[in-house]
Amino acid sequence: MNKENSTNWGVTLLIALGSVLILIPLYMTISIALKNPEEMANSVFSLPIGLHFENFANAIEATNFFGALKNSTIITVVAVGIILLTNSLVSYAIARNMDKFKFYKGLYFYFISALFIPFQIIILPVVKLTTTLQMNNIPGLIILYIVYGLAFNIFVYVGYIRSIPIELEEAATVDGASTYGTFWRVIFPLLAPINATIAILSCLSIWNDFLLPLIILGKPESYTLPLVQYVFQGQFSTDFNLAFASYLLALAPMVIVYLFVQKWIINGITQGAVK
Amino acid sequence: MTKRQAAFYSMTIPALLLFFLLHTYPAIQGIFYSFTNWDGFSEGYRFVGFNNYASLFKDNNVLNSYLFTFKYALVVTILINVLSLLIALGLNSNIKYRNLFRGIYFLPNILGVLIIGYIFNYFFSNVLTQLGDKLGSDVLSVNILGSEKWAWIGVVIVSVWQGIAFNTILYLAGLQTIPKDLYEASNIDGAGKWTTFWKITFPMLAGFFTINMVLALKNGLFVFDQIIALTGGGPGRSTQSIALLIYQGGFQGGEFAYQSANAVIYFIVIIAVSIAQLKFLQRKEM
Repeated sequence: MNKENSTNWGVTLLIALGSVLILIPLYMTISIALKNPEEMANSVFSLPIGLHFENFANAIEATNFFGALKNSTIITVVAVGIILLTNSLVSYAIARNMDKFKFYKGLYFYFISALFIPFQIIILPVVKLTTTLQMNNIPGLIILYIVYGLAFNIFVYVGYIRSIPIELEEAATVDGASTYGTFWRVIFPLLAPINATIAILSCLSIWNDFLLPLIILGKPESYTLPLVQYVFQGQFSTDFNLAFASYLLALAPMVIVYLFVQKWIINGITQGAVK
Repeated sequence: MTKRQAAFYSMTIPALLLFFLLHTYPAIQGIFYSFTNWDGFSEGYRFVGFNNYASLFKDNNVLNSYLFTFKYALVVTILINVLSLLIALGLNSNIKYRNLFRGIYFLPNILGVLIIGYIFNYFFSNVLTQLGDKLGSDVLSVNILGSEKWAWIGVVIVSVWQGIAFNTILYLAGLQTIPKDLYEASNIDGAGKWTTFWKITFPMLAGFFTINMVLALKNGLFVFDQIIALTGGGPGRSTQSIALLIYQGGFQGGEFAYQSANAVIYFIVIIAVSIAQLKFLQRKEM
């Protein structure tokens, strides 16, 4: 075996040590969630002995976990789905016209300039506006995610669409397909790799977002998972076992999804970054 | 207008209108209110010109929040980039269980910052202090989040712990774009590891370095969730970031107009920093 293909054990060891630093807080979360206060008093790091699953039952009740899980899931799935369908369409129109028409070029820079606007400059007026428009609820939040996604997504999509040869759609146009028909049948399927990247990044940021739900959602029934943790933390800050069971429940759905599609997520992001 | 052009307009105009209504219009409103004395609740308000702006520069809370935010963002940006570049190099070399480790190192990125903050909060306030007591160490037995002097370090640790994941993946993507024969050539020329890194790897990664630096600094300057979960801005106001100050003052402190002015300044600062950073890093890329 030549030198290039042999395992570098020194680096493997360093990487393994580093990964311990990542796993310790997660191990701690799981073990605290399973202990009771007496076990905690002995040692925080020891393995749980009793496996107190009642912590989870209590946390589910105290935080209305399933309600929040449902809200987070609906918001994320609907918003990401519509983002993929609409943001790509807007980007297509911009990408195919920005060289010919000033309007589309202006549109491109108008949208991506929002990347530099701190959210804080608009949050105070947005709260007023969403209340006036009666958008301070889940559908309103979804609309905001779709619209605010435009800034970053147009930046990514336009770059990618411009690399797709225009001849592909010309063939479809000659065959009599409409502009929309061309997009849905020719371009959209070609966007699969970049759609995967956008879907993963949007999904992560919407699922984990805290500030926007905090300021937009009025009724406790519509709270998302992170928001529920925030409210819960204010009320039960002393029962750590209950708190950690609740954190673990809130983290679990994404971790479970991640375990199944891990390789796909990492590839999706790396491919998106290289393009 | 051709049918094709009509179709393109129908694809973009609704997005344009919605974006204007929900993003640009509020931004303009924010700027508008920054010239008034509105508290956010009352019926009336009047114009006060640049008074809010003038007061900002004399306000110690505002000054402190800028100092904290910049100090924090700078340290986090440097630490994240150095560490994630090292980790990416490690994950890209011939190691055992490479895919498993890639999976583990990306894990923090999928976890919500707020909840991670709560977990670390407990770690700093209960676990580390207990450990410190047992070891008889005075330094460790004090909760750093409760210290005006050191609380910011706690926020840095959490941000770095989580922020490394995404930048590592981007650097890893960058490393895969470097052609293998460049390394073979430098190997034949007898270049050492150190030389190879500075002469080949790093220059080839320059574009990714720029993106990562800009992203990390921008995220650092926007810090909010970590602080809510770890310190709430305290102790005192030692970890009150600009974003948190605008939120707390604007929503709870009756300073709607005043914090709007702060947000405008914040916006100008972000733009200036981003442009300066891009110019500086792109010149280095050449």
